[in-house]
Amino acid sequence: MKRKALVLAGVGAVALAVPSVMTFAAEDWGQYQVGDKRSGYTFAKAETRAIQDDDFENPGMLWVEHGEELWETVDGEAQKSCKSCHADASDTMKNVGSTYPVFAKDIGKLENVENRINRCRTDNMKAKPWKYDSRNMLGMVSYVKRQSFGQPMNVKVDGDAAPWFEKGKEFYNQRRGQLDMACKHCHVDNAGNMIRANTLSQGQGNGFPTYRLKWQKPGSLHRRFRGCNKQVRATPYKTGSDEYLALELYVMYRGQGLPVETPAVRN
Amino acid sequence: MSIKRIAVGAFALATVAASATLTGAAEYKVEDEAIKASLTGKAGDPDNGKKVFLNRKKGNCLACHVVSSLKDQPFHGQVGPPLDGTASRWSEGELRLRIVNAKALNEDTIMPAFYRKDGFHRVLKNFKGKSVLNAQEVEDVLAYVMTMKE
Ligand code: HEC
Ligand code: HEC
Ligand code: HEC
Repeated sequence: MKRKALVLAGVGAVALAVPSVMTFAAEDWGQYQVGDKRSGYTFAKAETRAIQDDDFENPGMLWVEHGEELWETVDGEAQKSCKSCHADASDTMKNVGSTYPVFAKDIGKLENVENRINRCRTDNMKAKPWKYDSRNMLGMVSYVKRQSFGQPMNVKVDGDAAPWFEKGKEFYNQRRGQLDMACKHCHVDNAGNMIRANTLSQGQGNGFPTYRLKWQKPGSLHRRFRGCNKQVRATPYKTGSDEYLALELYVMYRGQGLPVETPAVRN
Repeated sequence: MSIKRIAVGAFALATVAASATLTGAAEYKVEDEAIKASLTGKAGDPDNGKKVFLNRKKGNCLACHVVSSLKDQPFHGQVGPPLDGTASRWSEGELRLRIVNAKALNEDTIMPAFYRKDGFHRVLKNFKGKSVLNAQEVEDVLAYVMTMKE
């Protein structure tokens, strides 16, 4: 497997060396910033960014490697592997990470990578579906999205996807839970501010599945949604649910143009 | 000047007399952008107020506010303004309304209403029908915030 990293001309070193009073000039975050859109990378601590940047240190790469093994592993009654039908992932999967979720005409609804993989497992391989945040699913999603590494997010929100997009946007701006906050109160109004020990980011989805140092493993974007719902004391939805699919589309759209970073590392 | 009566749910109105407002259900009156009367009719206890203020499962006020006198506590957030000197800027009644329901003053604020128990969307089961703080806790936090003078 090819090891590659987004090149970011010495930003880490500059940020470390310059005292904060002198950073009046906007920091140059390279590809990690597009206009006002900033990857969670740009809000992370230098140590965390360094772990992400080094493919040999980035623990998320272990899941990518696990996914690569699974790609060639025959499973299910049809006696097929992903490779039997999809051949070389670096070719057939290269646009998946940057364009999903998509409206899938054959099932008449929005589909993300996790759900698409399980559809291939049940319908095409006659194999059991994987649990959403299982090691196998995280591995395969990481491997598939890794094929789009560095490509700008480019999701489609018009046509059949439009009603899903609208729903996702509504979800994003709706207050919920006993603490009565919407996503936007933290990730739009307060991006860059400290809330307790955390610097709030824009809540971008371009690095998922993201390896969390706190969990010592990667987690799906929907798992993150559940966490962000529960911390305002709101009842979360199920991972893979229609509600979270719509939200995923909106969140990815907010990050349109940011590079696919899978596997990102966050605390 | 508008005088509004805010009832925290019809159920609250019916039970307020009997329940001694322990679930955060008392009726209160907003006047001049303030709630002038104590929610419990009693004065707050600033020492307990400080505990509630700090408790991450209760006020958790430091999540969003810096308070210089609490330097020994880690992780003060920057989402809201520092509370140093806030009691010199606002009257007791104005501060009570901010803690009870900051949305009465700024509809779009991120600051939670600490004394409201319904009208929320998809509240987790354990918190359903409850306010974050009960009436006495609001009064206690308020008594503590009233010590934050310039
Ligand atoms: C029996 C053949 C077969 C097998 C085995 C199979 N798939 Fe598929 N897969 C398909 C077909 C057919 C499509 C739909 C292609 C299309 O719509 O153009 C598809 C689509 C996909 C897509 C969406 C691609 C895109 O460009 O939108 C992904 C991702 C995917 N499969 C992943 C997997 C993974 C991962 C495995 C192994 C766990 C797997 N598939 C196994 C046949 C298969
Ligand atoms: C009370 C504030 C708060 C609210 C409300 C909130 N989040 Fe978060 N969220 C956080 C914190 C804190 C983090 C971790 C630090 C960061 O990246 O902001 C986080 C992280 C995230 C991340 C990961 C970002 C990355 O770079 O890995 C995503 C995605 C996210 N949130 C989405 C959402 C969505 C969608 C909603 C609404 C359903 C939401 N959040 C509501 C506080 C919040
Ligand atoms: C999620 C973040 C958040 C939390 C938690 C929070 N606040 Fe606030 N607070 C704010 C914001 C933002 C403002 C600015 C005014 C506004 O948005 O309406 C504010 C304003 C205030 C003010 C007015 C300050 C001034 O001098 O103008 C007081 C007093 C206050 N908060 C007290 C509290 C207390 C007491 C608690 C805990 C019981 C608390 N806050 C918890 C976000 C928060």
